[in-house]
Amino acid sequence: MTDALNKLTIAAARDALRAGEVTSVDLTMACMTAMDAGDGLNAFVHKTPEIALAQARAADARIAAGDAPAMCGIPLGIKDLFCTKGVPSQAASRILEGFKPEYESTVTTKLFDAGAVMLGKLNMDEFAMGSSNETSCYGNVVNPWRRGNDTTPLTPGGSSGGSAAAVAADLCLAATGTDTGGSIRQPAAFTGIVGIKPTYGRVSRWGVVAFASSLDQAGPMTKTVRDAAIMLGAMAGADAKDSTSADIPVPDFEAALTGDIRGKKIGIPREYRMEGMPAEIEALWAEGRAMLKDAGAEIVDISLPHTKYALPAYYVIAPAEASSNLARYDGVRYGHRAKLGQGDGITEMYEKTRAEGFGKEVQRRIMIGTYVLSAGFYDAYYNRARKVRALIKRDFEQAFAAGIDAILTPATPSSAFGLGEMADADPVAMYLNDVFTVTVNLAGLPGIAVPTGLDAQGLPLGLQLIGRPWEEGALLNHAYVLETAAGFVSKPAKWW
Amino acid sequence: MSIDINTARRVAHLARIRVDEADLPALAGELSGILTFMEQLNEVDVDGIEPMTSVTPMRLKRRADVVTDGNIQAQILANAPDAREGFFAVPKVVE
Repeated sequence: MTDALNKLTIAAARDALRAGEVTSVDLTMACMTAMDAGDGLNAFVHKTPEIALAQARAADARIAAGDAPAMCGIPLGIKDLFCTKGVPSQAASRILEGFKPEYESTVTTKLFDAGAVMLGKLNMDEFAMGSSNETSCYGNVVNPWRRGNDTTPLTPGGSSGGSAAAVAADLCLAATGTDTGGSIRQPAAFTGIVGIKPTYGRVSRWGVVAFASSLDQAGPMTKTVRDAAIMLGAMAGADAKDSTSADIPVPDFEAALTGDIRGKKIGIPREYRMEGMPAEIEALWAEGRAMLKDAGAEIVDISLPHTKYALPAYYVIAPAEASSNLARYDGVRYGHRAKLGQGDGITEMYEKTRAEGFGKEVQRRIMIGTYVLSAGFYDAYYNRARKVRALIKRDFEQAFAAGIDAILTPATPSSAFGLGEMADADPVAMYLNDVFTVTVNLAGLPGIAVPTGLDAQGLPLGLQLIGRPWEEGALLNHAYVLETAAGFVSKPAKWW
Repeated sequence: MSIDINTARRVAHLARIRVDEADLPALAGELSGILTFMEQLNEVDVDGIEPMTSVTPMRLKRRADVVTDGNIQAQILANAPDAREGFFAVPKVVE
């Protein structure tokens, strides 16, 4: 089996590696060939072939010795937001140009300890702020999917757009992503792959460049639900370096995939039926309900009354946290420093460095955050948003207390749109991409996007399932049922 | 709440981001648009609701008060745009 090894799932590759039918070096070489042929997608921005081959050889030795965890020998792409020792890690920002961390993030450490192989770093929106991967200092990522024969380049979504495009185009077996308001689930839906944002605290944030610390979570982006279960197991777990990571044992998520959801209650929140929602999204949602019902689940209409206020609350809280987190980029300790003029002092150094280093969207969010935290506005904006956040979380708690096991919603309000199509739109219009996903971050819950259909233009569409806190296993099982029933097998036709 | 040019200039300075005078009107307009969007939050009855401070109910962990790291001066300075004699170097702060 040397044909198209890059197209394998993690589960299939693991089984083939353990059976001795393939080596990690074979898998890695196949992915590197696909990666180089995929330059037109602009997904990989820093390639690490030497590291990959060294890791692959080490993985093969471990497998031969009979010591092979599930991720051993699996070639992955790593989002540029993760700090990787000695390898550029710049959050797709000019301000971190040249930055090579002296340390390794906890997530990549865990993956490497499990024997995973890093092919390189993946493009993203600058500091994970964006929903279209158009704010990157490396340029846009192009979605491998097209509208039939129309060659208009489409967005892969964002912020984990490079991760989504790389997995959808089989440049790697899976990738890491991060999700602050939908940055794993929206690009997964736009590219026909699976992406899970775990419960807040399930995965360590240490060594992941911070955007909004109370919302950020890392998670896997994979070709199947089973792969998401396998890879999440390797990424998750308590970490002494992240005081918000939870001391909760990591169960065997793959073992939770029984395919049996008989008697489970699936909530359908009426507030997610948005005005002006495309008929195709409505139909997709109805099909998802029917699939879960056919599998023996009970469909229950529920209300999450504060849903409408999630986006405005998010766009107060996330920029507020970002304005503090990004204060560290000052041109002193790492990254870019502006050339200074005669007589420029330290204030000019800060102001010029940050004006040159940050892109427009990042600047806008830092300034909004600065404003809502400034004296006189803190209560009116920031505290009010945090109170609304408490109400949004309470809505979910009440639904789960009433016996709901999982909540089914659309993942995105549309399929992938054209790159540049939103360029003249109001910033707020772009923010609406996160309308179905952002509530989950505010409430700290696990959420997963699963591809379930194609729209009339032939583009993938996804549904989102939201689970109870710490019950990713049950959530993955619901997603597994949906995936099996939908039977989504479409792949983008290769043009790149 | 609409942001005028003076407020935009003040916010940019607080954020330590240089914005050209010519760009301030557009910035003020964009920031005002985003704030208008946020104003929907005023419709919500938040009486008696505590602001959310912790995403999941947890006691903040404590660790033993011991040294766990150190003697890594070269690593800390490795990425500095300007480091001299074991220090980060910056323009003169005090005349």
